Amino acid sequence: MTDELDYRLIAAVQAGLPIAARPYAEVAEKLGLAEQEVIGRLACLKSQGLIKRWGVVVKHRQLGYRANAMIVMDVPDVRIADIGRQIGRYTFINLCYQRPRQGDAWPYNLYCMIHGKSRDIVLRQWAELVDACGLSDFACEILFSRRCFKQRGALYRQVEPQELEVCHG
Amino acid sequence: MLSPLHKQLLNNYQQDFPLSPTPYRDIAGQLGVSEDEVLQAFQELSERKLISRIGPVIAPNSIGSSALVAMAVPEADLPRVAELISSYPEVNHNYERENRFNLWFVAVADDDQHLRAVIDEIELRTGYKAMLLPMLADYYINLGFELELHD
Repeated sequence: MTDELDYRLIAAVQAGLPIAARPYAEVAEKLGLAEQEVIGRLACLKSQGLIKRWGVVVKHRQLGYRANAMIVMDVPDVRIADIGRQIGRYTFINLCYQRPRQGDAWPYNLYCMIHGKSRDIVLRQWAELVDACGLSDFACEILFSRRCFKQRGALYRQVEPQELEVCHG
Repeated sequence: MLSPLHKQLLNNYQQDFPLSPTPYRDIAGQLGVSEDEVLQAFQELSERKLISRIGPVIAPNSIGSSALVAMAVPEADLPRVAELISSYPEVNHNYERENRFNLWFVAVADDDQHLRAVIDEIELRTGYKAMLLPMLADYYINLGFELELHD
C-alpha cells in the first residue's frame, strides 16, 4: 500500500531525477531518507503499477515527431477490450483508452494516439492498424493536433504543490 | 546533431531506468562508455529540451481524479478560451485539434468533486460546454516507443 511518504517521494522525483553520480542519494537527502529506501520504494511503486514507467520522458515534438493524431472509434462494447488490447500492442501507438460515449454528439468509446514524423506516416500506420485489427466497419475520426497551448504536469494538491504528470487522464 | 550515445539514451531507457545507487554508471557499463560521457549526454539532452525529465509517469486515475475534456469553441474565440483554460494549475496538455471539438485538455484534481468544480467554473467563465471524458479502461501495453532518430 502507498503511504504519505510515497506521495512525498513522487512529488520529489516527478520534476526529474538529478543528473549526477548518486541521484537517489540526493533525493533521499532532501526527504531525510536513506538512499536504499528511496530506491526500494520507487521499485515498489513501479511493481504496483502506480508508477507506470520509470525512465526517460522524451519530448516528441522536439525530436521531430510533429504529427500527433488522436483517433476516436465507436466499437461494440462487447468487443472493446479485445480490440483495445490488439491496438494497444502496436509500438507506434502511444495510448489506448476506453472513455464514455457522449450520445449522438460524440458516439466514440475507444481512443488511441499516434505520434509520427509526418501526417502521411501517421495515416499509413493507421491504415495498417485498420487492416490488421479489422476496424474498417467502425465509425472513427482522426484528430490531428494543431497548436499546443500547454504541456506540463498538473498540480497535485493533496500533498504539496508540485507538478505531477499523469498520462493523459 | 544527435550522437549514437544520445540515441541510445533516448531509446533504451524510457521504461526501465536503473533503480540502483549509481544508475548512470550502470548505463555506462551497459553501453561501453564512461559514466562522465553518460552524465554529459543526458545533460545535453536536457538542455536542448529533447527530454522533459528522467522520472515517473503516473498511471491515470491512480492519484486523484482526472479526465480528458473537449470543447467546441469558435475559431475567433479560441485564443481567449485556450489561455483561460491553460491558466488553471489543474490543466495540462491543452491542445487545439482538427475537429468541431477543437480544444482538448486534461484536468487533474484531488478528487471527483474538485475536478467537477474546476470544469463547472471553466464552463461558466468561457461560456462553452465541456465534454468530460474520464478514462474507463487502459488497453495500452507499454512496450516502449521506439524513436527513429535520423539527423
